[in-house]
Amino acid sequence: MEIVGQLQKQFVDFTTSLYREGILDGQFVELQKLQDESTPDFVCELVSEYFQDSEKILTNLTTALQQQVVNFKVVDDHVHQFKGSSSSMGALRVRNMCIAFKSLCEEKNLDGCLRCLQQLKHEFYLVKNKWETLFRLERQILEAGGAVPFVDYRFY
Amino acid sequence: MSGGVTTEMKFHVLAVDDSIIDRKLIERLLKTSSYQVTVMESGVKALEYLGLLDDEKSNTKSHSNSTTWNQNEIQVNMIITDYCMPGITGYDLLRKIKESTVLKDIPVVIMSSENVPSRINSCLEHGAEDFFLKPVQQSDVNKLRPHLMREKEKGKENQFNSINKRKPIEECLSPDRTRIRFNNDLVA
Repeated sequence: MEIVGQLQKQFVDFTTSLYREGILDGQFVELQKLQDESTPDFVCELVSEYFQDSEKILTNLTTALQQQVVNFKVVDDHVHQFKGSSSSMGALRVRNMCIAFKSLCEEKNLDGCLRCLQQLKHEFYLVKNKWETLFRLERQILEAGGAVPFVDYRFY
Repeated sequence: MSGGVTTEMKFHVLAVDDSIIDRKLIERLLKTSSYQVTVMESGVKALEYLGLLDDEKSNTKSHSNSTTWNQNEIQVNMIITDYCMPGITGYDLLRKIKESTVLKDIPVVIMSSENVPSRINSCLEHGAEDFFLKPVQQSDVNKLRPHLMREKEKGKENQFNSINKRKPIEECLSPDRTRIRFNNDLVA
């Protein structure tokens, strides 16, 4: 099997696994549909933006939970922001973790929040890693002279 | 198309959202539908852009002799705003627009990540054209065109007659003019 074909298959398998494992959802498919020849970097630029934005939020969350007197409204605001951006990106597991986090904020459960923050960081770095791999595979295909397959993964 | 100038007329949408991700997303969605887009990161900046911030008192004065409702001659055909924003919320923005004598006819659409029926009803009751749940999709944006076309038809009669004495069916604007007028030959 020639190299482009191999890379493309690898890409399709990898992408499909992300959807199957619930790391990404259909919103990521929608984002890719918005990319065209006039905006070939739309998705990866948006993902970069998401990484930067998320790091800031995680820092803010860490700080907010380290205060002598924790302001759970502030914590909740940060989580809400993270939930929104993750939802817009199709980062399903991150988004779901934010939902759980919000409940803990409502309960003013500090220990719960601290544990959840760790899990949230784990999920974020996981999706970050996956996306970096995805874009690397894309680049390899393009450099080998091939086209990146559009993986329209639907949950039936 | 009348006239010799084939200027493409686009609907101009003002999008307001405090999330940078959502701003980029809505901008791309709107541009995909061939709208001209201006994005603002806050309700305050949006009000400033619309000329509503410092000029609240002058809104009650007569603007009837001019459709240039602010010095910048900015023409906005629709406003789409996030609901939850720090400072001035999307709801506040909606109220201010609908209370403005010059801006009240601009269709306003609210976006929110939360499906709260009372919130949705409240926005619709206060004049919002539509309410989109986030993440906003292409199918939502496709729903905007009828609202814009309807306002264009309504606006044609009101706005043209007060700008000048020319007939409503206008030729395309000359290249050095920046103000976009409504006309029949909207190419979008």
